[in-house]
Amino acid sequence: MEITKRPLIVSVSPHIKSEETTSRIMWSVSASLLPAMVMSAYFFGPRALFTVGLCIAASVLSEYLFQTALKKKITVNDGSAFLTGLLLGMNLPPSVPFYIPVIGSFVAVIITKQIFGGLGFNIFNPALIGRAFLLISFPRLMTIWTEPSAAFIALDARTTATPLGILKEEGQARLIELFGDKLHLYAQLLIGHRAGSLGETSAIALLIGAAFLLYRGYITWHIPLSFLGTSALIAWVFGAQGALFAGDPVLHLLSGGMILGAFFMATDYVTSPSVKNGQIIFGIGCGFLTMLIRLKGGFPEGVMFAILIMNCFAPLIDRGFKSKIFGLKKK
Amino acid sequence: MAQTEAPKYFDLIKNGIFKENTIFRLALSLCPSIAVTNNLRNGVLMGTAVLFVQVMVNITISLMRDFIHPRIRLPIFMLVISGWVTVTDMTMAAFAPEAYKQMGLYIQLIVAFASILARAEMFASKNTFVPSMFDGIGMGLGFLFALTIISFFRELLGKGSLWGLQIIDAKPLLIMILPAGGFFAVGILMGFFNWLSVKYEKKGL
Repeated sequence: MEITKRPLIVSVSPHIKSEETTSRIMWSVSASLLPAMVMSAYFFGPRALFTVGLCIAASVLSEYLFQTALKKKITVNDGSAFLTGLLLGMNLPPSVPFYIPVIGSFVAVIITKQIFGGLGFNIFNPALIGRAFLLISFPRLMTIWTEPSAAFIALDARTTATPLGILKEEGQARLIELFGDKLHLYAQLLIGHRAGSLGETSAIALLIGAAFLLYRGYITWHIPLSFLGTSALIAWVFGAQGALFAGDPVLHLLSGGMILGAFFMATDYVTSPSVKNGQIIFGIGCGFLTMLIRLKGGFPEGVMFAILIMNCFAPLIDRGFKSKIFGLKKK
Repeated sequence: MAQTEAPKYFDLIKNGIFKENTIFRLALSLCPSIAVTNNLRNGVLMGTAVLFVQVMVNITISLMRDFIHPRIRLPIFMLVISGWVTVTDMTMAAFAPEAYKQMGLYIQLIVAFASILARAEMFASKNTFVPSMFDGIGMGLGFLFALTIISFFRELLGKGSLWGLQIIDAKPLLIMILPAGGFFAVGILMGFFNWLSVKYEKKGL
């Protein structure tokens, strides 16, 4: 009789739910990219905002149309398509024609994510596949780098080479000569006054965003630290030609997409291992491949390919480092 | 009798093209479907070569099947297949030397196609001359059809041309004529045909 009066509610775990949801994390990550976006608009002008906006619009629209066409639940509001578009836009050179963001977003959202079953089922990072597809399809347009100018509206933008491009073609001495002295070079790289993809140039703005994500616990230190640490070590040991232990790790860490890649791309929940030990292996692999491509490969920059290649191994790493099941004895 | 048999032969052909399409439904022989399909002409030539070999092998096996000891049937099939592939290979080298230079290796690789041996084993060795021939035509046409579609899209998107003729004055997506683009094209078309078949099976067709 007592029972019917005061029914006990029996439910399966989890009993305490976190406030965090997928969409909240996605929007927070997007927000953490805001400082980098501001710097990008400052250096590359309103066109940068337009390109990124176009990427976002095309990504969200692709997702919406695909899910409508297949009569699936519309998940545009969870912000993942928005974030994909934002990251893709930040990985494009400043002067791309406007059809390129649209094609890239289509490939990123539909071919990389939706065809595999939507968010959570994609093997590769959508934004990076979008960029890889564009880089291979339009090799010339995707490697025209505009010189940054602090004047908000620059009418005739000059093209130039990225620091990594100069490093590869003409060597480190030339790079330092171009920027004045070594300290000046580091300062410019830190602020972001250099040629490069829209969102990758300003290391300090990206680090502010990354610090926010680390503080909130949305990303952990495992992947970024092992990624950057491995890269720095290899850059230091093998970075200089002819001599060991004479390379410049700071230059390698601050140039290219290293910061953007390590904190925002490699840490994607879906395409990186979920076990902590595995994440360190993942980061080391990313760092090793990046430096291998930068120092020995045909491309000046290797962050994108390194992360994509390690994405393939993420499920394997997860299996290798499977956490011990509670209550089972180790054999 | 001929009238009642006729639809069956038609079904055999349809089976090869749609229901058991070598590439899109069985996912066999994917190597040439990526390697030689970066232009339409190579795709069609390769498809035609396979069509020819498939039909001739099916006919030969169905005629010989009573004389083949079951224990050694696979080596015999292989001998027959390689005989017909050699015929195709030499014919092509003589009459289309330009195309042969680009895809000669893949013509010789027809020997190792799973689909041809599979049809010899599963169909031609158990059926008489006429159905075997139609089965060969169906499977071969299916392969030709698949290669034609794949190479059509790849050449059009990758080079902006068809059969070597420039249609669009640009190279819209360079990746499509590279190997990576081959995987994209085959994967997407395979998905499309799977979707079609699911849709039509629901309707009971």
